[in-house]
Amino acid sequence: MTGLAAPTPAPTPSPRPGRAALLAADPRTRKRNAAERRFRFCGVMAISIGLLFLVVLLAAIVSKGAGAFRQTFIALEVELREDTLDKNGNRAPEDIAKASTFAYAPLLGDALLAAIRDNGITTELQTRKEIKPLLSASAAAQVRDFVIANPERIGETVAFSVLAASRVDGYLKGRVSRDSVARSKNMDARHLDLIDALRDAGVVEKRFNPAFITGTDASEARPEQAGIGAAMLGSFFMMLVVLLLSLPIGVAASIYLEEFAPRNRLTDFIEINIANLAAVPSIVFGILGLAVFIRFAHLPQSAPLVGGLTLALMTLPTIVISTRASLTAVPPSIRDAALALGASKMQAVFHHTLPLAMPGILTGAIIGLAQALGETAPLLLIGMVGFIASTHPDGLASGFLDPNSAMPAQIYEWAKRADPAYYERAWGGIILLMLFLAAMNITAILLRRRFERRW
Amino acid sequence: MPVTWLIPSILLLALIGYWAGRARALAVAGGDTRALHSLPGHHGGHVALFASAPALALLVVWLLTQPFVINGRVAELIPDSANSATGEGPSAALMMSEVRRVAAGLDLAVREGVITAGQADSPRTGADDMRAWLAGVGVALGGETGPWVLPAAQRYRALSATGHLMMTIAVIALSAAGLAGALRRVRPQFRARDVTERAVKAGLFAAASIAILTTLGIVLSLVFNTIEFLRLYPAVDFFFGLTWAPSFGGGSELGILPLLWGTLSISVIALAVATPIGLFAAVYLSEYATPAIRAFAKPLLEVLAGIPTTVYGLFALQIVGPLLVSAFGEGGVLGVTWMGSGTAAMTAGLVLGVMLIPFISSLSDDIINAVPQTLRDGSLSLGATRSETIRQVVLPAALPGIAGAILLAASRAIGETMIVVLGAGAAARLSLNPFEAMTTITAKIVSQLTGDTDFSSPEALVAFALGMTLFVLTLALNALALYIVRTYREQYE
Repeated sequence: MTGLAAPTPAPTPSPRPGRAALLAADPRTRKRNAAERRFRFCGVMAISIGLLFLVVLLAAIVSKGAGAFRQTFIALEVELREDTLDKNGNRAPEDIAKASTFAYAPLLGDALLAAIRDNGITTELQTRKEIKPLLSASAAAQVRDFVIANPERIGETVAFSVLAASRVDGYLKGRVSRDSVARSKNMDARHLDLIDALRDAGVVEKRFNPAFITGTDASEARPEQAGIGAAMLGSFFMMLVVLLLSLPIGVAASIYLEEFAPRNRLTDFIEINIANLAAVPSIVFGILGLAVFIRFAHLPQSAPLVGGLTLALMTLPTIVISTRASLTAVPPSIRDAALALGASKMQAVFHHTLPLAMPGILTGAIIGLAQALGETAPLLLIGMVGFIASTHPDGLASGFLDPNSAMPAQIYEWAKRADPAYYERAWGGIILLMLFLAAMNITAILLRRRFERRW
Repeated sequence: MPVTWLIPSILLLALIGYWAGRARALAVAGGDTRALHSLPGHHGGHVALFASAPALALLVVWLLTQPFVINGRVAELIPDSANSATGEGPSAALMMSEVRRVAAGLDLAVREGVITAGQADSPRTGADDMRAWLAGVGVALGGETGPWVLPAAQRYRALSATGHLMMTIAVIALSAAGLAGALRRVRPQFRARDVTERAVKAGLFAAASIAILTTLGIVLSLVFNTIEFLRLYPAVDFFFGLTWAPSFGGGSELGILPLLWGTLSISVIALAVATPIGLFAAVYLSEYATPAIRAFAKPLLEVLAGIPTTVYGLFALQIVGPLLVSAFGEGGVLGVTWMGSGTAAMTAGLVLGVMLIPFISSLSDDIINAVPQTLRDGSLSLGATRSETIRQVVLPAALPGIAGAILLAASRAIGETMIVVLGAGAAARLSLNPFEAMTTITAKIVSQLTGDTDFSSPEALVAFALGMTLFVLTLALNALALYIVRTYREQYE
């Protein structure tokens, strides 16, 4: 807009006509050409700034998030001692289940001490208590689950690959420095030296962590255990609801408005409503979901069903607008031909117009779904954040009705937590979310390219 | 038969009706469809319609009215003493819910095999037995349930059971009757197509009116809760209060002005970023760029609009914020101490601006392209340079549309939530320094409504009043944008 402020005077013929003007530009022309170059440069700059932001954003996502897919593991030979795990020695499942994770922690500590000894590492840390900060709190539970599943292996020494504590992971990824450790209570420079030695010995290693993609959220103190799998399923069930509701309703509404609606006040009112709904901020839909679905209809809080219903209402205008555009793009001659052959209006629409508009409708639906998949604000209000989605849904009913999170909501939840280890997971989640969005949008583009018809 | 089975049964009957109607239509036509007015499929659809629609309607009406009827009959058993002892209306409702709870507990006990159905309905059952059974299935009773609760619960159970049975019979009967009646109407001259299509059209209309229902739902949920809020909190203090200090213990100050100020500051920063970049990008793409550059740059710019706002929020929080602090904060490159922490109006505004670039550029691009080529040709032929043409001819012609685009972007900026929740901080203050933390209407809606909220307190209800303000603001901006575009648009045809 600022370019408009100083209009240059209209070009007037050069005051002193002569040969000089032909060979060398006069000052006024030079000025005008310079203005032209400046203007053009501003345009190039604007485009470059926009693209630069995009590149920076994508680079930030990849560089900050890639680490979340790799996690530090400790390889341990754990002796499953009979005298602590199965005191009666009869392998009865209920006796074995009685041993809590507290009984397993010393075994793991001993195993780690043994690994330190066997690799000839000298360290001042000699007791189980001193090396405990290296192991994740989830390690004991992992070994316990193994023993309960395989009681016959009690008494043997079994090789495990257990999660290292988040601090160890952070140190190997450069997130935890020696300076920051100096301020911490339960870890100090001796631990870091030990980690270095263990890494050189191959006991501690970073590798691909599939549990980040498939796993569930974990408590605030165990970032190394947290995964986005449960939230992914939550998003999946929500998208199912959105698709099953907003696509049929949106298409039906568009057909009515485009093909059957008489021109009257009611139709105008519906059209104004749809245009306005497209512009309503997403958080207002969250308020609607909270007031109508949860407080009025008493649907369960945090359920993907409610999230899906809310997002479906939000997606509806997008789908209606794109569907109407593809319906109008079908030439009237096709309808006329059908009507001329004796088809009813309904038959003309459902047998001819709709199939021809289908690629455009599907493209619009996919773009609407992608929008809904990335939306967070309404989900905050219907309670899809703020709790730990620690179980996978089992079965269809549980998938729709049990409290769960959604991918963007889980990312937001992680971004809010105090532990920097969760930031890495938030960026990692963003990578996955962006991959889904990219896949959906590319599908939409390919669909359009493949089936788009010019009449 | 529970409702979950009743609906599939009706649908099954409808399916049977479809095939029967089709077969019968073919039969009456003697296998020659030319004798029929409508196609066999239309006859089938007509029968299926009559088999399902009235029955489903009856089911819905019955399910809505049955609780009222039963409540009325059971309420006779609730003694007046229970009502008068604890007050009138709400306590009777409380009694009713207690009865329902006991009845549900008995149902559960019968289902789990703790007791037999006969035991549950027996008039000789004592209150102590009931207590024991219910405890057995994990339903705990309140301390002072009167002796009347058990008979009331038993009657409730009995009435519900009969009601359900009657409903099942009535619905199935209606469905079957509809099916039979419609089948009898199948004749070659019968206009089944008209009937079916009218029903489909009604369905299409119903789908279209969902838009009205949604708007109605938004408006009603905002209006009712806002009225409720204004009853608890003076309107003058809300609209003109200079402090935002909610405390769930009571004594909150809930003035909207600091939030409006924060919203305004952040939106202005965002538009100051997005408008020049978006506009220049649009001008370059539509007037200068070769088709190849356009095909490459336009979709890439639009990717910016497709990135989820949570991602932008995290970008603001983790990258832009620290970067700004290292420039404007203490010990920064510029040697000024304007910025205390990374979350500030500037952080959120800048990132929000980046998000809005494609909105402004795409909309303006369309509008600039709509300016007729003859105007440009005329200007160029008079000797104007391209930039002079754009500035003095194209942009003035496109100005109303561009103003509309900027207003639409402003409405997006006001309604944006995630970027400000993560990037702008939480402090509500009236500050002139854009490097300080500010907060917006949307961010406060989120913070007042997340977690365990008591929906009768003004601290939670204020979120609805904020939502109402937001709704009205964005709607007004959109209406204004539309008005400007419509009124000042140059007609070139």
